[in-house]
Amino acid sequence: MNDVLDVALRLLVVFVVFLTFPLIIGQTEHKVMAHMQGRLGPMYAGGFHGWAQLIADGVKFAQKEDVVPAGADRRIFQLAPAVALLPYLLVLLAIPIGPGEGAVGQVIDAGVFFVLAVMGVGVLGSLMAGWASANKFSLLGGLRTAAQLLAYELPMLLTAASVAMAAGTVSLPGILDAFEWWWLPWQIIGAIVFFVAGLAELQRPPFDMPVADSEIIFGAYTEYTGLRFALFLLAEYAGIVVLCGLTTVLFLGGWHGPWGADGLGWVWTLLKTAVLAFLVIWLRVTYPRLREDQLQKLAWTLLVPLSLAQIALTGIVKVVIQ
Amino acid sequence: MTLAATAALLATGPTTGAAAQTHGFLSPTGVEIAFLLVGLVTFGAALVTVTTRQLVHAALWLVVTLGGLAVEYLLLTAEFIAWVQVLIYVGSVVVLLLFGLMLTRAPIGRSPDADSGNRWAALAVAVAAAAALVWVVVDAFRTTWIDLDGPAAGSTEATGASLFQNWVLPFEALSVLLLAALVGAIVLSRKAKAESSSPPVNAPGVTKSSRTVTQGSGSSEQEGAR
Repeated sequence: MNDVLDVALRLLVVFVVFLTFPLIIGQTEHKVMAHMQGRLGPMYAGGFHGWAQLIADGVKFAQKEDVVPAGADRRIFQLAPAVALLPYLLVLLAIPIGPGEGAVGQVIDAGVFFVLAVMGVGVLGSLMAGWASANKFSLLGGLRTAAQLLAYELPMLLTAASVAMAAGTVSLPGILDAFEWWWLPWQIIGAIVFFVAGLAELQRPPFDMPVADSEIIFGAYTEYTGLRFALFLLAEYAGIVVLCGLTTVLFLGGWHGPWGADGLGWVWTLLKTAVLAFLVIWLRVTYPRLREDQLQKLAWTLLVPLSLAQIALTGIVKVVIQ
Repeated sequence: MTLAATAALLATGPTTGAAAQTHGFLSPTGVEIAFLLVGLVTFGAALVTVTTRQLVHAALWLVVTLGGLAVEYLLLTAEFIAWVQVLIYVGSVVVLLLFGLMLTRAPIGRSPDADSGNRWAALAVAVAAAAALVWVVVDAFRTTWIDLDGPAAGSTEATGASLFQNWVLPFEALSVLLLAALVGAIVLSRKAKAESSSPPVNAPGVTKSSRTVTQGSGSSEQEGAR
Protein backbone atom coordinates (compact mmCIF):
# COMPACT_ATOMS: atom_id res chain seq x y z
CA MET A 1 0.00 0.00 0.00
CA ASN A 2 2.83 2.37 0.88
CA ASP A 3 4.43 1.71 -2.50
CA VAL A 4 1.24 2.56 -4.33
CA LEU A 5 0.87 5.78 -2.34
CA ASP A 6 4.48 6.69 -3.10
CA VAL A 7 4.02 6.13 -6.84
CA ALA A 8 0.76 8.08 -6.85
CA LEU A 9 2.37 10.99 -5.02
CA ARG A 10 5.27 11.14 -7.45
CA LEU A 11 2.95 11.01 -10.45
CA LEU A 12 0.85 13.79 -8.93
CA VAL A 13 3.89 16.02 -8.34
CA VAL A 14 5.16 15.46 -11.88
CA PHE A 15 1.71 16.18 -13.26
CA VAL A 16 1.42 19.43 -11.32
CA VAL A 17 4.88 20.49 -12.52
CA PHE A 18 3.81 19.59 -16.04
CA LEU A 19 0.74 21.80 -15.77
CA THR A 20 2.29 24.81 -14.04
CA PHE A 21 5.86 25.23 -15.26
CA PRO A 22 5.00 25.68 -18.95
CA LEU A 23 2.49 28.37 -17.97
CA ILE A 24 5.06 30.14 -15.81
CA ILE A 25 7.52 30.10 -18.68
CA GLY A 26 4.82 31.33 -21.06
CA GLN A 27 3.96 34.24 -18.77
CA THR A 28 7.67 35.03 -18.32
CA GLU A 29 8.03 35.05 -22.08
CA HIS A 30 5.17 37.56 -22.39
CA LYS A 31 6.76 39.90 -19.89
CA VAL A 32 10.44 39.45 -20.85
CA MET A 33 9.72 39.89 -24.56
CA ALA A 34 7.64 42.97 -23.84
CA HIS A 35 10.30 44.62 -21.72
CA MET A 36 13.05 43.78 -24.21
CA GLN A 37 10.96 45.48 -26.88
CA GLY A 38 10.13 48.54 -24.76
CA ARG A 39 6.55 47.46 -24.01
CA LEU A 40 4.79 46.43 -20.83
CA GLY A 41 3.10 43.23 -21.99
CA PRO A 42 -0.12 42.00 -20.37
CA MET A 43 -1.09 44.31 -17.49
CA TYR A 44 -4.80 43.83 -16.81
CA ALA A 45 -5.80 40.17 -16.43
CA GLY A 46 -5.69 39.24 -12.74
CA GLY A 47 -4.68 42.72 -11.59
CA PHE A 48 -1.02 42.50 -10.64
CA HIS A 49 1.08 42.87 -13.83
CA GLY A 50 -1.31 40.68 -15.78
CA TRP A 51 -0.34 37.48 -13.98
CA ALA A 52 -3.54 35.70 -15.04
CA GLN A 53 -3.14 36.41 -18.76
CA LEU A 54 -2.45 32.78 -19.69
CA ILE A 55 -5.38 31.54 -17.62
CA ALA A 56 -7.58 33.98 -19.51
CA ASP A 57 -6.05 32.69 -22.76
CA GLY A 58 -6.85 29.14 -21.68
CA VAL A 59 -10.47 30.04 -21.01
CA LYS A 60 -10.63 31.70 -24.42
CA PHE A 61 -9.19 28.60 -26.13
CA ALA A 62 -11.65 26.33 -24.31
CA GLN A 63 -14.58 28.40 -25.53
CA LYS A 64 -13.57 28.33 -29.19
CA GLU A 65 -15.24 25.98 -31.61
CA ASP A 66 -13.26 22.84 -32.34
CA VAL A 67 -13.06 22.76 -36.14
CA VAL A 68 -11.86 19.81 -38.19
CA PRO A 69 -11.47 20.68 -41.90
CA ALA A 70 -13.73 18.73 -44.23
CA GLY A 71 -10.84 17.32 -46.27
CA ALA A 72 -8.77 16.36 -43.25
CA ASP A 73 -8.03 12.88 -42.01
CA ARG A 74 -10.30 13.24 -39.03
CA ARG A 75 -8.95 10.74 -36.52
CA ILE A 76 -5.27 11.52 -37.04
CA PHE A 77 -6.00 15.25 -37.02
CA GLN A 78 -7.63 14.88 -33.61
CA LEU A 79 -5.01 12.53 -32.22
CA ALA A 80 -1.99 14.66 -33.18
CA PRO A 81 -2.01 17.17 -30.26
CA ALA A 82 -1.98 14.34 -27.73
CA VAL A 83 0.96 12.66 -29.48
CA ALA A 84 2.79 15.98 -29.43
CA LEU A 85 2.14 16.70 -25.75
CA LEU A 86 2.27 13.40 -23.84
CA PRO A 87 5.95 12.52 -24.51
CA TYR A 88 7.07 15.61 -22.59
CA LEU A 89 5.02 14.48 -19.61
CA LEU A 90 6.79 11.11 -19.73
CA VAL A 91 10.21 12.77 -19.99
CA LEU A 92 9.52 14.91 -16.94
CA LEU A 93 9.12 11.67 -14.98
CA ALA A 94 12.78 10.83 -15.49
CA ILE A 95 14.43 14.17 -14.73
CA PRO A 96 15.97 14.22 -11.23
CA ILE A 97 15.52 17.46 -9.37
CA GLY A 98 17.60 16.77 -6.27
CA PRO A 99 20.02 14.23 -4.83
CA GLY A 100 18.89 10.74 -3.88
CA GLU A 101 16.12 8.46 -5.09
CA GLY A 102 13.39 10.60 -3.58
CA ALA A 103 13.79 13.54 -5.93
CA VAL A 104 12.99 11.92 -9.24
CA GLY A 105 9.67 10.69 -10.61
CA GLN A 106 11.10 7.34 -11.67
CA VAL A 107 14.70 6.14 -11.72
CA ILE A 108 15.29 4.72 -15.17
CA ASP A 109 18.36 2.63 -15.85
CA ALA A 110 18.88 3.90 -19.38
CA GLY A 111 17.65 7.40 -18.59
CA VAL A 112 19.53 9.31 -21.30
CA PHE A 113 18.20 6.98 -23.97
CA PHE A 114 14.71 7.15 -22.50
CA VAL A 115 14.48 10.94 -22.56
CA LEU A 116 15.94 11.34 -26.05
CA ALA A 117 13.81 8.53 -27.47
CA VAL A 118 10.59 9.84 -26.01
CA MET A 119 11.35 13.44 -27.01
CA GLY A 120 11.82 12.22 -30.58
CA VAL A 121 8.35 10.65 -30.49
CA GLY A 122 6.82 14.05 -29.73
CA VAL A 123 7.81 15.27 -33.18
CA LEU A 124 5.52 12.61 -34.68
CA GLY A 125 2.64 14.77 -33.43
CA SER A 126 3.71 17.67 -35.63
CA LEU A 127 4.17 15.35 -38.59
CA MET A 128 0.72 13.83 -38.11
CA ALA A 129 -0.82 17.29 -37.78
CA GLY A 130 0.98 18.54 -40.87
CA TRP A 131 -0.17 15.65 -42.99
CA ALA A 132 -3.71 15.19 -41.69
CA SER A 133 -4.69 18.85 -42.10
CA ALA A 134 -4.95 18.48 -45.90
CA ASN A 135 -3.38 21.89 -46.29
CA LYS A 136 -0.34 22.81 -48.36
CA PHE A 137 1.11 25.07 -45.71
CA SER A 138 0.65 22.39 -43.09
CA LEU A 139 2.31 19.79 -45.29
CA LEU A 140 5.26 22.13 -45.85
CA GLY A 141 5.46 22.66 -42.11
CA GLY A 142 5.42 18.91 -41.50
CA LEU A 143 8.15 18.39 -44.10
CA ARG A 144 10.34 21.03 -42.52
CA THR A 145 9.73 19.53 -39.09
CA ALA A 146 10.90 16.13 -40.29
CA ALA A 147 13.95 17.55 -42.08
CA GLN A 148 14.88 19.51 -38.98
CA LEU A 149 14.49 16.54 -36.68
CA LEU A 150 16.67 14.34 -38.88
CA ALA A 151 19.36 17.01 -38.89
CA TYR A 152 19.37 17.74 -35.18
CA GLU A 153 18.76 14.41 -33.53
CA LEU A 154 22.30 13.24 -34.33
CA PRO A 155 24.30 16.04 -32.62
CA MET A 156 21.93 15.85 -29.65
CA LEU A 157 22.53 12.13 -29.24
CA LEU A 158 26.28 12.44 -29.73
CA THR A 159 26.69 15.15 -27.09
CA ALA A 160 24.49 13.23 -24.65
CA ALA A 161 26.67 10.19 -25.34
CA SER A 162 29.72 12.31 -24.52
CA VAL A 163 28.32 13.06 -21.06
CA ALA A 164 27.42 9.42 -20.58
CA MET A 165 31.01 8.49 -21.44
CA ALA A 166 32.34 11.00 -18.94
CA ALA A 167 30.09 9.70 -16.17
CA GLY A 168 30.37 6.04 -17.10
CA THR A 169 26.61 5.59 -16.83
CA VAL A 170 23.49 6.41 -18.83
CA SER A 171 21.25 6.89 -15.82
CA LEU A 172 20.40 10.54 -15.16
CA PRO A 173 20.78 10.39 -11.34
CA GLY A 174 23.98 8.39 -11.90
CA ILE A 175 25.39 11.13 -14.14
CA LEU A 176 24.62 13.72 -11.45
CA ASP A 177 26.26 11.59 -8.76
CA ALA A 178 29.45 11.43 -10.83
CA PHE A 179 29.48 15.14 -11.65
CA GLU A 180 32.51 17.28 -10.76
CA TRP A 181 32.74 21.02 -11.24
CA TRP A 182 35.48 20.75 -13.88
CA TRP A 183 33.08 18.89 -16.17
CA LEU A 184 31.67 22.30 -16.96
CA PRO A 185 34.65 23.52 -19.03
CA TRP A 186 35.33 19.95 -20.20
CA GLN A 187 31.86 19.47 -21.69
CA ILE A 188 31.08 23.09 -22.61
CA ILE A 189 31.13 22.49 -26.39
CA GLY A 190 28.78 19.56 -25.93
CA ALA A 191 26.51 21.68 -23.74
CA ILE A 192 26.19 24.39 -26.38
CA VAL A 193 25.63 21.88 -29.18
CA PHE A 194 23.02 20.02 -27.11
CA PHE A 195 21.16 23.21 -26.26
CA VAL A 196 21.18 24.51 -29.83
CA ALA A 197 20.06 21.15 -31.21
CA GLY A 198 17.33 20.98 -28.57
CA LEU A 199 16.08 24.43 -29.58
CA ALA A 200 15.93 23.22 -33.16
CA GLU A 201 14.04 20.11 -32.14
CA LEU A 202 11.51 22.25 -30.25
CA GLN A 203 11.24 24.55 -33.28
CA ARG A 204 11.93 27.61 -31.19
CA PRO A 205 13.30 30.77 -32.81
CA PRO A 206 15.78 31.15 -34.44
CA PHE A 207 14.97 27.62 -35.65
CA ASP A 208 11.23 28.09 -36.11
CA MET A 209 11.31 27.47 -39.84
CA PRO A 210 8.61 24.73 -39.59
CA VAL A 211 6.09 27.08 -37.95
CA ALA A 212 7.24 30.33 -39.62
CA ASP A 213 4.00 32.24 -39.12
CA SER A 214 4.81 34.97 -41.63
CA GLU A 215 5.38 32.61 -44.56
CA ILE A 216 3.66 29.26 -43.99
CA ILE A 217 1.16 30.45 -41.37
CA PHE A 218 2.22 28.33 -38.40
CA GLY A 219 3.00 25.31 -40.55
CA ALA A 220 1.52 22.11 -39.18
CA TYR A 221 -0.85 24.01 -36.86
CA THR A 222 -2.54 26.16 -39.52
CA GLU A 223 -5.87 24.36 -39.31
CA TYR A 224 -6.02 23.93 -35.55
CA THR A 225 -8.31 25.98 -33.34
CA GLY A 226 -9.38 26.07 -29.74
CA LEU A 227 -8.15 23.53 -27.22
CA ARG A 228 -6.20 21.42 -29.71
CA PHE A 229 -4.16 24.45 -30.76
CA ALA A 230 -3.65 25.28 -27.08
CA LEU A 231 -2.32 21.76 -26.54
CA PHE A 232 0.29 22.29 -29.25
CA LEU A 233 1.33 25.57 -27.62
CA LEU A 234 1.49 23.82 -24.26
CA ALA A 235 3.66 21.14 -25.84
CA GLU A 236 6.08 23.82 -27.02
CA TYR A 237 6.44 25.30 -23.54
CA ALA A 238 6.59 21.91 -21.87
CA GLY A 239 9.36 21.19 -24.36
CA ILE A 240 11.24 24.25 -23.11
CA VAL A 241 10.93 23.00 -19.53
CA VAL A 242 12.18 19.56 -20.55
CA LEU A 243 15.07 20.84 -22.66
CA CYS A 244 16.28 23.29 -20.00
CA GLY A 245 15.92 20.65 -17.30
CA LEU A 246 17.85 18.11 -19.36
CA THR A 247 20.64 20.56 -20.20
CA THR A 248 20.85 21.37 -16.50
CA VAL A 249 21.05 17.72 -15.51
CA LEU A 250 23.46 16.61 -18.22
CA PHE A 251 25.85 19.54 -18.45
CA LEU A 252 25.37 22.01 -15.61
CA GLY A 253 25.46 19.62 -12.68
CA GLY A 254 21.78 19.66 -11.74
CA TRP A 255 21.51 19.87 -7.96
CA HIS A 256 25.23 20.54 -7.43
CA GLY A 257 25.93 24.10 -6.36
CA PRO A 258 28.65 26.17 -4.70
CA TRP A 259 26.86 25.84 -1.35
CA GLY A 260 23.74 24.39 0.24
CA ALA A 261 24.29 20.90 -1.17
CA ASP A 262 22.06 19.21 1.42
CA GLY A 263 18.43 20.12 1.30
CA LEU A 264 18.74 22.94 -1.21
CA GLY A 265 19.69 20.86 -4.25
CA TRP A 266 16.31 21.30 -5.88
CA VAL A 267 16.70 25.09 -5.68
CA TRP A 268 19.86 24.86 -7.78
CA THR A 269 18.13 22.69 -10.36
CA LEU A 270 15.21 25.07 -10.63
CA LEU A 271 17.48 28.11 -10.75
CA LYS A 272 19.63 26.73 -13.55
CA THR A 273 16.54 25.62 -15.47
CA ALA A 274 15.01 29.08 -15.09
CA VAL A 275 18.18 30.80 -16.34
CA LEU A 276 18.25 28.52 -19.38
CA ALA A 277 14.55 29.19 -20.03
CA PHE A 278 15.30 32.91 -19.89
CA LEU A 279 18.06 32.30 -22.45
CA VAL A 280 15.55 30.56 -24.72
CA ILE A 281 13.26 33.60 -24.56
CA TRP A 282 16.20 35.96 -25.05
CA LEU A 283 17.29 34.11 -28.18
CA ARG A 284 13.76 34.36 -29.55
CA VAL A 285 13.77 38.13 -29.18
CA THR A 286 17.31 38.56 -30.48
CA TYR A 287 17.81 36.47 -33.59
CA PRO A 288 15.99 36.40 -36.94
CA ARG A 289 14.76 33.10 -38.32
CA LEU A 290 17.24 30.88 -40.12
CA ARG A 291 16.45 29.83 -43.68
CA GLU A 292 15.95 26.10 -44.27
CA ASP A 293 19.26 25.61 -46.07
CA GLN A 294 21.17 27.68 -43.51
CA LEU A 295 19.66 25.53 -40.80
CA GLN A 296 20.68 22.27 -42.46
CA LYS A 297 24.14 23.66 -43.10
CA LEU A 298 24.53 24.68 -39.47
CA ALA A 299 23.54 21.19 -38.33
CA TRP A 300 25.67 19.13 -40.69
CA THR A 301 28.77 21.28 -41.08
CA LEU A 302 29.04 22.76 -37.61
CA LEU A 303 27.11 20.90 -34.92
CA VAL A 304 27.87 17.32 -36.00
CA PRO A 305 31.66 17.89 -36.31
CA LEU A 306 31.67 19.81 -33.04
CA SER A 307 29.87 17.03 -31.22
CA LEU A 308 32.25 14.44 -32.69
CA ALA A 309 35.17 16.58 -31.52
CA GLN A 310 33.58 16.73 -28.06
CA ILE A 311 33.32 12.93 -27.98
CA ALA A 312 36.99 12.64 -28.97
CA LEU A 313 37.97 15.14 -26.27
CA THR A 314 35.88 13.29 -23.69
CA GLY A 315 37.49 10.00 -24.64
CA ILE A 316 41.05 11.38 -24.47
CA VAL A 317 40.56 13.06 -21.10
CA LYS A 318 38.80 9.99 -19.75
CA VAL A 319 41.73 7.73 -20.72
CA VAL A 320 44.31 10.20 -19.39
CA ILE A 321 42.73 10.61 -15.95
CA GLN A 322 42.34 6.88 -15.49
CA MET B 1 13.13 0.06 -8.64
CA THR B 2 13.24 -0.01 -12.41
CA LEU B 3 10.35 0.70 -14.69
CA ALA B 4 10.16 -2.88 -15.83
CA ALA B 5 10.18 -4.09 -12.28
CA THR B 6 7.38 -1.67 -11.47
CA ALA B 7 5.40 -2.91 -14.42
CA ALA B 8 6.00 -6.45 -13.32
CA LEU B 9 4.94 -5.59 -9.78
CA LEU B 10 1.79 -3.86 -10.92
CA ALA B 11 0.91 -6.64 -13.29
CA THR B 12 1.58 -9.66 -11.14
CA GLY B 13 1.13 -8.86 -7.51
CA PRO B 14 2.31 -11.43 -5.00
CA THR B 15 1.97 -14.62 -7.05
CA THR B 16 5.06 -14.13 -9.24
CA GLY B 17 7.56 -15.86 -7.00
CA ALA B 18 5.73 -19.15 -6.81
CA ALA B 19 4.95 -19.27 -10.52
CA ALA B 20 8.53 -18.44 -11.45
CA GLN B 21 9.65 -21.44 -9.44
CA THR B 22 7.49 -23.93 -11.26
CA HIS B 23 7.42 -22.34 -14.74
CA GLY B 24 3.94 -23.73 -15.26
CA PHE B 25 2.26 -23.15 -18.58
CA LEU B 26 -1.18 -23.73 -17.13
CA SER B 27 -0.94 -21.00 -14.50
CA PRO B 28 0.42 -18.02 -16.41
CA THR B 29 1.65 -15.05 -14.42
CA GLY B 30 0.46 -11.50 -14.99
CA VAL B 31 3.58 -10.61 -16.94
CA GLU B 32 3.07 -13.55 -19.25
CA ILE B 33 -0.53 -12.54 -19.87
CA ALA B 34 0.52 -8.94 -20.49
CA PHE B 35 3.26 -10.16 -22.82
CA LEU B 36 0.75 -12.20 -24.78
CA LEU B 37 -1.77 -9.34 -25.02
CA VAL B 38 0.84 -6.81 -26.13
CA GLY B 39 2.08 -9.37 -28.60
CA LEU B 40 -1.40 -9.75 -30.06
CA VAL B 41 -1.77 -5.97 -30.37
CA THR B 42 1.65 -5.76 -32.03
CA PHE B 43 0.77 -8.55 -34.43
CA GLY B 44 -2.55 -6.91 -35.28
CA ALA B 45 -0.90 -3.55 -35.89
CA ALA B 46 1.68 -5.23 -38.11
CA LEU B 47 -1.09 -6.86 -40.14
CA VAL B 48 -2.88 -3.53 -40.56
CA THR B 49 0.43 -1.93 -41.59
CA VAL B 50 0.78 -4.18 -44.59
CA THR B 51 -2.91 -4.42 -45.52
CA THR B 52 -4.16 -0.83 -45.20
CA ARG B 53 -4.62 1.09 -48.41
CA GLN B 54 -3.78 4.44 -46.80
CA LEU B 55 -0.07 5.07 -47.09
CA VAL B 56 0.44 7.38 -44.14
CA HIS B 57 -1.79 5.21 -41.95
CA ALA B 58 0.50 2.31 -42.73
CA ALA B 59 3.47 4.33 -41.46
CA LEU B 60 1.58 5.27 -38.29
CA TRP B 61 0.52 1.67 -37.66
CA LEU B 62 4.18 0.81 -38.02
CA VAL B 63 4.77 3.17 -35.07
CA VAL B 64 2.28 1.12 -33.04
CA THR B 65 3.98 -2.12 -34.10
CA LEU B 66 7.47 -0.93 -33.21
CA GLY B 67 6.23 0.61 -29.97
CA GLY B 68 4.57 -2.71 -29.09
CA LEU B 69 7.88 -4.47 -29.65
CA ALA B 70 9.54 -1.98 -27.29
CA VAL B 71 6.94 -2.80 -24.63
CA GLU B 72 7.69 -6.51 -25.11
CA TYR B 73 11.38 -5.82 -24.52
CA LEU B 74 10.45 -3.90 -21.38
CA LEU B 75 8.39 -6.81 -20.11
CA LEU B 76 11.41 -9.05 -20.67
CA THR B 77 13.44 -6.56 -18.53
CA ALA B 78 15.57 -5.52 -21.51
CA GLU B 79 15.21 -1.82 -20.77
CA PHE B 80 18.15 -0.59 -22.79
CA ILE B 81 17.09 -2.43 -25.93
CA ALA B 82 13.54 -1.13 -25.49
CA TRP B 83 14.55 2.54 -25.40
CA VAL B 84 17.01 2.13 -28.25
CA GLN B 85 14.19 0.51 -30.21
CA VAL B 86 12.02 3.59 -29.62
CA LEU B 87 14.89 5.97 -30.36
CA ILE B 88 16.02 4.40 -33.61
CA TYR B 89 12.85 2.96 -35.09
CA VAL B 90 10.05 5.22 -33.91
CA GLY B 91 12.10 8.40 -33.61
CA SER B 92 14.20 8.14 -36.75
CA VAL B 93 13.16 5.42 -39.17
CA VAL B 94 9.45 6.21 -39.13
CA VAL B 95 10.16 9.94 -39.29
CA LEU B 96 12.34 9.28 -42.33
CA LEU B 97 9.56 7.19 -43.81
CA LEU B 98 6.97 9.91 -43.23
CA PHE B 99 9.39 12.48 -44.63
CA GLY B 100 9.76 10.43 -47.80
CA LEU B 101 5.99 9.95 -48.09
CA MET B 102 5.29 13.66 -47.64
CA LEU B 103 8.04 14.63 -50.06
CA THR B 104 6.76 12.39 -52.83
CA ARG B 105 3.05 11.83 -52.36
CA ALA B 106 0.87 11.37 -49.35
CA PRO B 107 -2.75 11.50 -50.42
CA ILE B 108 -5.42 11.63 -47.77
CA GLY B 109 -7.74 8.66 -48.13
CA ARG B 110 -7.22 5.40 -49.97
CA SER B 111 -4.70 4.90 -52.71
CA PRO B 112 -6.13 2.31 -55.11
CA ASP B 113 -2.67 1.56 -56.48
CA ALA B 114 -1.21 0.88 -53.04
CA ASP B 115 -1.14 -2.81 -53.78
CA SER B 116 1.32 -5.16 -55.33
CA GLY B 117 0.94 -7.96 -57.84
CA ASN B 118 3.40 -10.16 -56.03
CA ARG B 119 1.61 -10.09 -52.69
CA TRP B 120 1.52 -13.90 -52.55
CA ALA B 121 5.25 -14.13 -53.14
CA ALA B 122 5.75 -11.51 -50.44
CA LEU B 123 3.53 -13.50 -48.08
CA ALA B 124 5.50 -16.67 -48.77
CA VAL B 125 8.80 -14.91 -48.09
CA ALA B 126 7.42 -13.35 -44.91
CA VAL B 127 6.11 -16.67 -43.61
CA ALA B 128 9.39 -18.40 -44.43
CA ALA B 129 11.40 -15.67 -42.69
CA ALA B 130 9.12 -15.76 -39.65
CA ALA B 131 9.34 -19.56 -39.47
CA ALA B 132 13.13 -19.45 -39.65
CA LEU B 133 13.35 -16.79 -36.94
CA VAL B 134 10.90 -18.54 -34.64
CA TRP B 135 12.70 -21.84 -35.13
CA VAL B 136 16.11 -20.32 -34.35
CA VAL B 137 14.87 -18.44 -31.29
CA VAL B 138 12.92 -21.40 -29.91
CA ASP B 139 15.84 -23.73 -30.50
CA ALA B 140 18.34 -21.37 -28.88
CA PHE B 141 16.34 -20.40 -25.79
CA ARG B 142 14.25 -23.51 -25.24
CA THR B 143 15.07 -23.96 -21.57
CA THR B 144 16.05 -20.43 -20.63
CA TRP B 145 13.90 -18.66 -18.09
CA ILE B 146 14.19 -15.02 -17.18
CA ASP B 147 13.92 -14.27 -13.49
CA LEU B 148 11.72 -11.19 -13.53
CA ASP B 149 12.12 -10.59 -9.81
CA GLY B 150 15.90 -10.56 -9.70
CA PRO B 151 18.23 -7.89 -11.03
CA ALA B 152 17.27 -6.82 -14.55
CA ALA B 153 18.88 -9.22 -16.99
CA GLY B 154 18.85 -6.65 -19.78
CA SER B 155 20.14 -3.59 -17.97
CA THR B 156 22.51 -1.26 -19.80
CA GLU B 157 25.47 -2.66 -17.90
CA ALA B 158 24.63 -6.30 -18.63
CA THR B 159 23.92 -5.57 -22.30
CA GLY B 160 27.12 -3.58 -22.72
CA ALA B 161 29.25 -6.19 -20.98
CA SER B 162 27.93 -9.09 -23.05
CA LEU B 163 28.10 -7.05 -26.25
CA PHE B 164 31.73 -6.05 -25.83
CA GLN B 165 32.94 -9.26 -24.22
CA ASN B 166 31.20 -12.03 -26.15
CA TRP B 167 29.87 -10.40 -29.30
CA VAL B 168 32.56 -7.92 -30.35
CA LEU B 169 33.16 -9.49 -33.75
CA PRO B 170 29.52 -9.46 -34.93
CA PHE B 171 29.21 -5.95 -33.53
CA GLU B 172 32.19 -4.73 -35.54
CA ALA B 173 31.03 -6.56 -38.64
CA LEU B 174 27.68 -4.81 -38.33
CA SER B 175 29.33 -1.42 -38.01
CA VAL B 176 31.36 -2.10 -41.15
CA LEU B 177 28.12 -3.05 -42.91
CA LEU B 178 26.51 0.20 -41.81
CA LEU B 179 29.55 2.16 -42.95
CA ALA B 180 29.33 0.50 -46.35
CA ALA B 181 25.64 1.43 -46.56
CA LEU B 182 26.50 5.01 -45.65
CA VAL B 183 29.19 5.26 -48.30
CA GLY B 184 26.84 3.66 -50.81
CA ALA B 185 24.13 6.20 -50.04
CA ILE B 186 26.57 9.06 -50.57
CA VAL B 187 27.79 7.60 -53.86
CA LEU B 188 24.21 7.16 -55.10
CA SER B 189 23.21 10.71 -54.19
CA ARG B 190 26.33 12.16 -55.85
CA LYS B 191 25.58 10.21 -59.01
CA ALA B 192 22.00 11.49 -59.10
CA LYS B 193 23.29 15.04 -58.79
CA ALA B 194 25.71 14.65 -61.68
CA GLU B 195 22.93 13.24 -63.88
CA SER B 196 20.42 15.93 -63.00
CA SER B 197 22.83 18.72 -63.83
CA SER B 198 24.28 17.24 -67.02
CA PRO B 199 21.20 17.08 -69.35
CA PRO B 200 20.68 20.87 -69.53
CA VAL B 201 24.26 21.31 -70.73
CA ASN B 202 23.80 19.02 -73.71
CA ALA B 203 20.14 19.71 -74.39
CA PRO B 204 19.60 21.94 -77.42
CA GLY B 205 17.64 25.15 -77.19
CA VAL B 206 18.26 25.74 -73.51
CA THR B 207 19.14 29.33 -72.79
CA LYS B 208 21.87 30.21 -70.41
CA SER B 209 19.61 31.77 -67.81
CA SER B 210 17.26 28.80 -67.53
CA ARG B 211 20.25 26.52 -67.22
CA THR B 212 21.53 28.31 -64.18
CA VAL B 213 18.05 28.26 -62.70
CA THR B 214 17.81 24.49 -63.11
CA GLN B 215 21.20 23.97 -61.66
CA GLY B 216 20.47 26.26 -58.75
CA SER B 217 17.24 24.53 -57.86
CA GLY B 218 18.89 21.13 -58.29
CA SER B 219 21.64 21.90 -55.85
CA SER B 220 19.30 23.43 -53.31
CA GLU B 221 17.13 20.34 -53.48
CA GLN B 222 20.22 18.30 -52.85
CA GLU B 223 21.01 20.42 -49.84
CA GLY B 224 17.53 19.94 -48.46
CA ALA B 225 17.59 16.20 -49.01
CA ARG B 226 20.84 15.89 -47.19
